Amino acid sequence: MVGTSLYLTIILAPLIASVIVGIFGVKLGKKPSHTLTILGVLISTVCSYIVLYQVQLEHITYNGPLYTWLTVGSQTFSVGILIDTLTSIMLVVVTSVSLMVHIYTIGYMAEEDGYERFFSYISLFTFMMIILVMSNNFMQLFFGWEGVGLVSYLLIGFYYKRESAIFANLKAFLINRIGDLGFLLGIGLVFAYCGSLNYVDVFAKVSSLTQVMLPCTDWNIITVMCILLFIGAMGKSAQFPLHVWLPDSMEGPTPISALIHAATMVTAGIFMVARLSPMFNLSETALSVIIYAGGINCFFLGILGIIQTDIKRVVAYSTLSQLGYMAVALGCGSYSVAIFHLMTHAFFKGLLFLAAGSVILAMHHEQDMRKMGGLAKYMPITYITMLLGSLALAGIPPFAGFFSKDMIITSAVVAYQHGLPGGAFAVFTVYASVFVTALYSFRLIFMTFHGKERFRDIHDDHSHHGHDEHHGGHTNPKESPFVVTLPLILMAIPSVIIGWLGLKLFVGGAILDGSVFNISWITQRFAEETITPINMIIDSFKEPPVYLALAGIIVAFVFHKVDGLSQKFVNIIKPVYNLLDKKYYMDDLYIKLFAPFGRGIGKFLWTIGDMVIIDGLIVNGSAKVVEWYSRVFRKLQSGYVNSYATFMVLGVIILLTFCTSLIFS
Amino acid sequence: MHYLLSLTVWTPIIAGVVVLFAGKNDSLARLISLIGALIATVLSLIVFIIFDASISGLQFVENIPWITSLHINYAVGVDGISMPFVFLNNFITLLVIIAGFKVIKFKVALYNSMFLLMTGFISGAFCATDAILFYVFFEAMLIPMYLIIGVWGSSNRVYAAIKFFLYTLLGSLLMLIALIYLYNVSGKTFNIFAYYHTQLAMVPQILIFIAFFFSFAVKVPMWPVHTWLPDAHPEAPTGGSMVLAAITLKIGGYGFFRFILPIVPDASRTLSGLMITLSLIAIVYIGLVAIVQKDMKKLVAYSSISHMGFVTLGCFMFVGNSLNTWAMQGAVVQMISHGFVSAAMFMCIGVMYDRVHSRNVADYGGVASKMPIFATFYMLFAMANSGLPGTSGFVGEFMVILGAVQVNLMYAFLAGLTLILGAGYTLWMYKRTIFGEINNKHVDEMSDVNSHEFIVLFLLAVSVLVMGIYPELFIAKMQLGVKDVIALAMQSKL
Repeated sequence: MVGTSLYLTIILAPLIASVIVGIFGVKLGKKPSHTLTILGVLISTVCSYIVLYQVQLEHITYNGPLYTWLTVGSQTFSVGILIDTLTSIMLVVVTSVSLMVHIYTIGYMAEEDGYERFFSYISLFTFMMIILVMSNNFMQLFFGWEGVGLVSYLLIGFYYKRESAIFANLKAFLINRIGDLGFLLGIGLVFAYCGSLNYVDVFAKVSSLTQVMLPCTDWNIITVMCILLFIGAMGKSAQFPLHVWLPDSMEGPTPISALIHAATMVTAGIFMVARLSPMFNLSETALSVIIYAGGINCFFLGILGIIQTDIKRVVAYSTLSQLGYMAVALGCGSYSVAIFHLMTHAFFKGLLFLAAGSVILAMHHEQDMRKMGGLAKYMPITYITMLLGSLALAGIPPFAGFFSKDMIITSAVVAYQHGLPGGAFAVFTVYASVFVTALYSFRLIFMTFHGKERFRDIHDDHSHHGHDEHHGGHTNPKESPFVVTLPLILMAIPSVIIGWLGLKLFVGGAILDGSVFNISWITQRFAEETITPINMIIDSFKEPPVYLALAGIIVAFVFHKVDGLSQKFVNIIKPVYNLLDKKYYMDDLYIKLFAPFGRGIGKFLWTIGDMVIIDGLIVNGSAKVVEWYSRVFRKLQSGYVNSYATFMVLGVIILLTFCTSLIFS
Repeated sequence: MHYLLSLTVWTPIIAGVVVLFAGKNDSLARLISLIGALIATVLSLIVFIIFDASISGLQFVENIPWITSLHINYAVGVDGISMPFVFLNNFITLLVIIAGFKVIKFKVALYNSMFLLMTGFISGAFCATDAILFYVFFEAMLIPMYLIIGVWGSSNRVYAAIKFFLYTLLGSLLMLIALIYLYNVSGKTFNIFAYYHTQLAMVPQILIFIAFFFSFAVKVPMWPVHTWLPDAHPEAPTGGSMVLAAITLKIGGYGFFRFILPIVPDASRTLSGLMITLSLIAIVYIGLVAIVQKDMKKLVAYSSISHMGFVTLGCFMFVGNSLNTWAMQGAVVQMISHGFVSAAMFMCIGVMYDRVHSRNVADYGGVASKMPIFATFYMLFAMANSGLPGTSGFVGEFMVILGAVQVNLMYAFLAGLTLILGAGYTLWMYKRTIFGEINNKHVDEMSDVNSHEFIVLFLLAVSVLVMGIYPELFIAKMQLGVKDVIALAMQSKL
C-alpha cells in the first residue's frame, strides 16, 4: 500500500471505529467495542510505522490536497496531507501511545459505566490528533486543534455527574478558547499577508515580509503573527498564564491523562511552533516571548509539583514543567530538540501516568499519596516501570529523558552565548528545573512505593463505617491485571532506549530531513562537533545537570527518611509555601476576578443597556402608544383567531392603498 | 420546469389552506401538512440541485403582469444568494411539522396551516424580484408568526406578539416609502434589479439607506433594535422559535444583500463605519448579555443576535472602495449555518421543555443520565453554536474573521471574542442542564427522544456536519451571487 490510500487508512481507521462504537457501542457490548477500536488504532499504528519506514529509508514524502473545502474568488482552501519526517515521527508517537492507552483502558475502565463511550472518545481523539499532525495547512491544523480540544473537553467531563469534573472541563475549554482567539487572529494575519494558508506557500512568502509593519504601529508583522500563533500554543500546551486548566484536567480518567494531557494533545502547541519554524526563525522577539513563557512553566510551575499530595497532580505539574522545557527549546531556536523531548516525554510521561493509574486501581481509586506507601513489594511491575519512567524524567543517563533534556540545556547555553534576549533566563530555568524534576519525581516514588504502608491506617479508620470487604485492611494491594501491566512494560522500553536511538535524527547532520529548520546559531553548534550517545554520557559527568538530578533524588530521600522534616521545612518557608499552595493565585485570578468581571459587565449591559435604556426609554415611549392603540384594538377583537387574521389582512390592504395613493400623488 | 419556483412558493400556501378544511380531524391535518411540506422541500431541493452555479444573475425567472396600471408584476427568480434560503426555509418548516406531530394538540390544523402559509410567504419574499411583490410577502409573513406566538405561546404571549408585530411593522413602513421613491426616480418600475442602475445623489441615498436599514435591521436584529427578539422567543412555541431564528431573521440579512448594498452603494460605504460598530457591539455586548441569562430561550435568542452580528459585519467590510469578498461570502454562509444551528438549539430546548415545562436553566441538571441520545445531539449543536471547526457554525465566522483581519486587526479581535463568549454561554448552559446530578424529580422522569424528535435532530445534525466538513457544497452555488453584489456595491451612483 502506498501513497494517499496508506495515509487515508491512518486517518480513517480510528474514525470509523469511533463512529461505529459511538453509535452502536452499547448494543455491541464491551468486548466488541474495545476490539473494534483497538483494531482501528492498531491499523493506524502499523501504517504509521510503514510511513516512518518509507520516509526514513526510502525518502518518500508527500504534500497534496484531498478535497476542496471552500473556494472564494481565486483562493482555495483544501483539506490536504503533508508527509515528511516530522509528520512521520509524530504519527508514530501518537498512534503508539494511543494503542497502549487503548489496551490499558480495558483493564482500567473495566468496572466503569460508559465503557463503550470512553473507547469511542479516545479513538475519535486519535483521529483528530492524526488530522492535526498530518495537515499541510493552517485551516486544517485549526480543525484538528479544536477537535482534540473537544474530545479533551468530553473526556475531562467523562464523569459528568461529578461537579468538579464538569467545572474542570468547562474551564479547560474556555481557557483554551482564549488561546484559540490568538491562534485564529494569527492565522488571519498569515492569510492576509501571505495570501494562502498552505505551509509551503506561506514559508515561501513570509521571508519577504521582514520589513513589513502592522498598519498604524511599528510592530513587525512577522513578530505579531508569531506571537499570536504562540498564544494559541500557550492555550493548548498549557504555557503560563494559560496553564491553569491542565492540573484540573486530572478530573478525567487516568488513561486520558496519559494520552491527551501528557503525551499528545498538550504537545500540539510545541509541534505547531516546530512545524512553523521558518516563520519563527524570522522573529527573535517572538522567540524571546516563548523562552519566558516556557521558562516560567519549566521552573516556577515545576516547583508546584513538589508540594502536591495527589499522585496524578504531581505528574500533571511535572507535565507543565516538561512542556516548559520544550518551549524553552523552541524559544532558543532549537526546534528539532523540542520535538526530540516531545517524543521521549510522550513515552516516559505516558508511562508515568499509566503507572500512577495502576497504583490508583490497586488503592481503590485513592489518589492521595499520604495514604499510600510501601507498595513496591505488592506491585513489582508497576514499581519497576514507574521507576524507569522517573529516571527518564529526571534525566539520569542513559535513560531517554537524559538525551533530550541535555540537548535542551546545550541549546539554552548556545542561545545565551549568542545573546538572545531571555537567554540567561532560559539557562537558569533549565538548570534549576533539573533539580526540581528529580526532587518531585523521587518524592513520588518514595511516598508511593517505599516506607510505611499508610493505607492500612486509613482503612482501619474507615473500618467502622461499613462492611465493604474490599476496603478492609485485611487484603493486600494487588498488582494490576495483564492488560494494564503490558502497556506499562511496552512503554518502559522506549522510555529507556528511545533517546539513544533517536538522538542522531534530531541533532545529526540532516536534522529531521529538512522538515524543521533550526535557527542558524543552533545549526552551527550542532555541526561543530559530532554528538553521539556515548560522548554525551561521558561528557555529562563533567557538567552540573547530572549532579543536580542526583542531588534532587538525595534530597527527596532525606525528606522521606527523616520523619517530620518536611513539616519543619514548610514551617520555615511558610510565606513561600502559601504562595505555592495557592498556585501563585493564578486560579483566583480567573475564577474570582475575570469570570465575575465578565458576568458583571453582562449583567450591567442587560439590565441597564437593554432593559432601562433601550426598552425603558426608547421602546417605552412607543409602548405607551401601543397601550392606547390596544384599547381601540380590544374593541375589535372578539377572541376568535379569524378576526385577528382579518384585522391583519385589513391592515395590509390599508397600507397598500396608502402606498398606491402616494404613488399617484 | 418553467414554473418550478412558483410551484415551490405556492405549494405550501395551498397546502396551508387545504389543511384548514381538515378541521377537527387532527391526524388528517398532520398528514396533509406533512405531505405539503415534504413536496415543497423536495421542490426546493430540486431548485437547489439544478441551479446552475456557473451563470451569474437570476434563474428560474417568471414574469407575469399583475397590476399593470402601476407596473407591478408577479416577477420571481432566484440567484446564488436567495436560492439557498428557499431550500433552508422549506427544510426547516418540514422539520417543524414533524416536531409538532405529537406535541401540538391544540388547534392542530390551524397550527400547521400557519407554518405552511408562513413558509410560502417567506419563500415568496426570497424569490420576488418585484419590489411590491416582495413587500406583500414580507408583510404577509408577519401574520402567521403573530398568530403562532399569540395562540400557541406561553403566558406573556400577547405582549410579545404585539411587540414583535409593531417593531417589525414600523420598519417596513419606512421601506415602503423608500420603494415608492425608487419607483418614481427609476422610471416607474418596481423591478428591484432596475434600481441597481438608478443614479442617486448622496442625500437620497442616505435617506433610502435609513429607511431600508430600519426595516431590515429590526429583522436581523441589530443592536439597538433587538429587544423584541428575546421577548418573542420565550413566548413562541418551539416551532415558532425555530422558524423565527432560522428563517425570519435571515430576511433581514437578505435585505442588506438584495436592497441596501446594490441600491445605495455610496451611502453604504459612507455609513460602513457605523454599521461595523453596531455589528461589533452586537457580537460583544450581546455575547456578554447572553452569559447572564437564566432562561434558556432568552439565552439562545441573545446568542442569535450575537451570531447575526457576523452577517452585518461581513456585509460592510469596505477597504476604501472595495468590499472584502471573504467577509461577504462568510456573511451568507453564516446565515445558512445559523439557520441550521439556531433551529437545532431551539429544538433541543423544546424537547426538554415538553418534558419538564420549564425554560429555566436552574430547573434542570443531570439530563444526560436520562436522555443520553438527546445529550449527544445537543452536545453537537452546542459545539456548533460555539463555532467549533467541523460544524457549520465555524465556517461563516471563520470567513468573516479572515476578511476582517485584512481590513483591521481590531475588528477581527473584537469579533473573535465570540470564540470565548459563545463557548462561555453555550457550554455553561449545557453544563448546568445536561451534566451534573439530578436535582429535580421532573428531570428524573424524563424519557429519551421519541422517533419524531430523533428524525428532526438527526437531519439537523447531518446538515450541521455536512456544511462544516464540506462547505463548498453551498459556497459553490452562492459564489457568483455574492460576486454580483460585491460588484454592484463597489460602483458609484453619484
